[in-house]
Amino acid sequence: MTAALEMRNITKEFPGVKALNDVTLTVKKGEVHALCGENGAGKSTLMKVLSGLYPSGSYDGQILINGEVKRFSSIKDAEESGIAIIYQELALAKDLSIAENLYLGKELARFGIINWERVFKESEKWLTEVGLTDVSPETRTGTLGIGKQQQVEIAKALSKKANILILDEPTAALTEQEVEILLSILREFKNRGVTCIYISHKLKEVFSIADSVTVLRDGKTIGTYDVNDINEEQVISLMVGRELKELFPRVEAVPGDVVLKVENYTVMHPDLDRKVIDNISFQVRQGEIFGIAGLMGAGRTELVMSLFGSYPGAAAGRIEIEGKQVKIKHTQHAIRHGMALVSEDRKKFGLVLGMDVKSNVTMASLNQIASGGVIDPNREVIRGNEYIRSLQIKANSVETIVGTLSGGNQQKVVLGKWLMTKPKILILDEPTRGIDVGAKFEIYTIMNELIRQGVAIIMVSSELPELLGMSHRIMVIAEGKRTAEFTAEEATQQAIMTAATGGSGL
Amino acid sequence: MSLKTETVPVQPSRVQNWFKFDARAYTMIGALIAIWVLFSLLHERFLSPTNLSNLFLQMSVTAILAIGMVLVIVAGHIDLSVGSLVGLVGGVAAMLNVWYDWPAIPVVIAAVALGAIVGFIQGWIIAYKAVPAFIVTLGGMLIFRGVLFGTTGSVTVAPLSPGLKAIGQHYTSDIIGWIFGIAGLLLAAVLLLRKRSSRIRYGFDVEPLAVSLLRMVVTGALILGFVAVMNSYKGIPVPFVMVVVLALIFTFITRNTTFGRQVYAIGGNPEAAKLSGINIKRRVLLVFVLCNTLAAIAALVLTARLNAATMSAGQNYELDAIAACVIGGTSLIGGSGTIMGAIIGALVMGSLDNGMSLMNMESFWQYIVKGGILVLAVYVDIYTRNRKKA
Repeated sequence: MTAALEMRNITKEFPGVKALNDVTLTVKKGEVHALCGENGAGKSTLMKVLSGLYPSGSYDGQILINGEVKRFSSIKDAEESGIAIIYQELALAKDLSIAENLYLGKELARFGIINWERVFKESEKWLTEVGLTDVSPETRTGTLGIGKQQQVEIAKALSKKANILILDEPTAALTEQEVEILLSILREFKNRGVTCIYISHKLKEVFSIADSVTVLRDGKTIGTYDVNDINEEQVISLMVGRELKELFPRVEAVPGDVVLKVENYTVMHPDLDRKVIDNISFQVRQGEIFGIAGLMGAGRTELVMSLFGSYPGAAAGRIEIEGKQVKIKHTQHAIRHGMALVSEDRKKFGLVLGMDVKSNVTMASLNQIASGGVIDPNREVIRGNEYIRSLQIKANSVETIVGTLSGGNQQKVVLGKWLMTKPKILILDEPTRGIDVGAKFEIYTIMNELIRQGVAIIMVSSELPELLGMSHRIMVIAEGKRTAEFTAEEATQQAIMTAATGGSGL
Repeated sequence: MSLKTETVPVQPSRVQNWFKFDARAYTMIGALIAIWVLFSLLHERFLSPTNLSNLFLQMSVTAILAIGMVLVIVAGHIDLSVGSLVGLVGGVAAMLNVWYDWPAIPVVIAAVALGAIVGFIQGWIIAYKAVPAFIVTLGGMLIFRGVLFGTTGSVTVAPLSPGLKAIGQHYTSDIIGWIFGIAGLLLAAVLLLRKRSSRIRYGFDVEPLAVSLLRMVVTGALILGFVAVMNSYKGIPVPFVMVVVLALIFTFITRNTTFGRQVYAIGGNPEAAKLSGINIKRRVLLVFVLCNTLAAIAALVLTARLNAATMSAGQNYELDAIAACVIGGTSLIGGSGTIMGAIIGALVMGSLDNGMSLMNMESFWQYIVKGGILVLAVYVDIYTRNRKKA
């Protein structure tokens, strides 16, 4: 029997990175095929290749559908071959009705005039297919819960005559009940012969729904296994199974006093009635690196943004800095209390790209270089040069426009901005995302120098080797809850992954 | 200055760096000169001292409005209400002066205070209540015009007392003009040399001393030439003196103060500015207070010059001010723009008005030409910027 889908020897390169290296994926007709791997293993890239988002020619390798070689130059081409992707972030027009969403772009119309009776009738048929019988196709999609919106997305995919359905982290935002509904729909599809590719971090779901599982690691296929021949632990060790290289100039900490103490901290989602952080407590000491691990969407970024006073959702709980309880309502408070946050997206949250190095470095501490509200240009240049030198920022001068620098150097400018505020607590959210190995090492060295000076560092990272290589303690968060905490000696990639995928390590 | 670059052979960035005044500034000055040459060819009196004096007098209101508008646009907002605000403040000032016999100084204080209060209210709704500036100031535009009609009963209020008229109609005496000119010359020289020496101290590239001197000579010639031309008619118009003073103050604010720096950061990347602990709301509020205070000053100048407050005073001035900013290189996305550029933009708009009136072109042509120039200026700006990227 020919496979429903075969991806052969797919290699996809981005400048400086091989995102996919000779990846092979074979999916049998009518099965649910799970795709597992760490953040950054290449799952999303592979699916973007399959869906035509990266057109044929921008990668090496072949795609075969039912044994036939296909070249997709656009998403439309892939759709015509029966491939439909449902992304983590749903792509519905929230102000339009279900029916309008289902037929968006392929309206049932003659001479541009829509035949609404037919649209509603057809829509009802598709909604029944996905088990959405209790809502009218005229309902505005924005009023539906996330689970039902996802069902609409699946109905939309079916209406496009999709026979290979790709679900990217479909349960990330669902409640347990909604997950059950989704899984039962997928089982129903399986009986009818629809092929599914199921991407998920949650191995419990994978093992309850999938027939086979392919593991990716560092852009390579590790293997494809029948779920009956393998268990959760084995999958985790396949996902992480790499040796730690000497990439991390780790120094042992001599932890001092507790600087930050967080107790029973809960953060609400700004729009939905849902907790993104659920009753978390931890403390951080002077001179240590406190790592926070967790999968994407676990709430790591929300936690640190909220502590820094820059998350829109409401927060409750107790925060103590140097033994005194503090209230942090906005960023100015956080800075005044000695906190600094290097955010995960430096272009969006860290830099004004059109401004020069010195203006960016001094942005959070203008009062240090100004008297009476007037900036002293000499002092500004001196301070700018200070950070260019100490952080080894490769820029022609302090007047170089930040947008022209490389990612690593931009990241150092953000670091410089926060070091200038003389922080007691430095929060680094994905400090080395998207920068090359050399610059990473330099940033680790800077971190070491800072803890030597007694700064407390909180590091959020998706890269387990980095967390293990640099942190002195690691807290793991899964779905907003603290599921484990390890000392550097206890922590292993397996243990962290187990705790991050929902198992308890406590 | 601009002529000099054309004679320098096009060589690598070193030479361009000496003329750090950036290419867009040159395009603007070039366009201004082209317009002047064109009109002087079409009409012999365009470059006469009388007409130039008129030109600088007429462009003053737009220039003062444009100074405030630069701040608003740089911060990523817009203010459509300044035209109507000019009408309203002018009307109130004239009423106090003519109907209630207030002397000039209290009238000026009241007018400026009214501008600041209006700016505070608009800025507060925009910054703290998060209503888009476009809507708030569009509402303001209608409301202020309506209040003007209501309070004055739709009649022209005139004539003003001599003291108040002086703001718009007086000229500096020859001696004062020369003193201003020489003071300006010295100021320019000192600033240039100080900047140069501090750049050397910090090891930046500096232009050769000869270029600096040449730059000083050209600047000096422009300043003294301007004073000489103005003095050969009646002197420098007082409104233009106000433009120069305000331009200096606001150039200083935008370049040298923490407030100015933060406004550019807010326009450049509001998220990053917020995460750097900048109080965005308070800054935006202050930007609108400044913009509308400047509109009040512009209103005094206009009312005094016309010696009357009319119902249509200031109509469409917001568009002239925005156009002046944009022609002067201010980006409507926010984050970049200069006071100097806006003044030159106002001069371009003023020259078009003046030249076309001088040639007795019908007013419909004036609208069409100004609109066309605005679109053309932005097209050229985007075109050159894209080319730089490629």
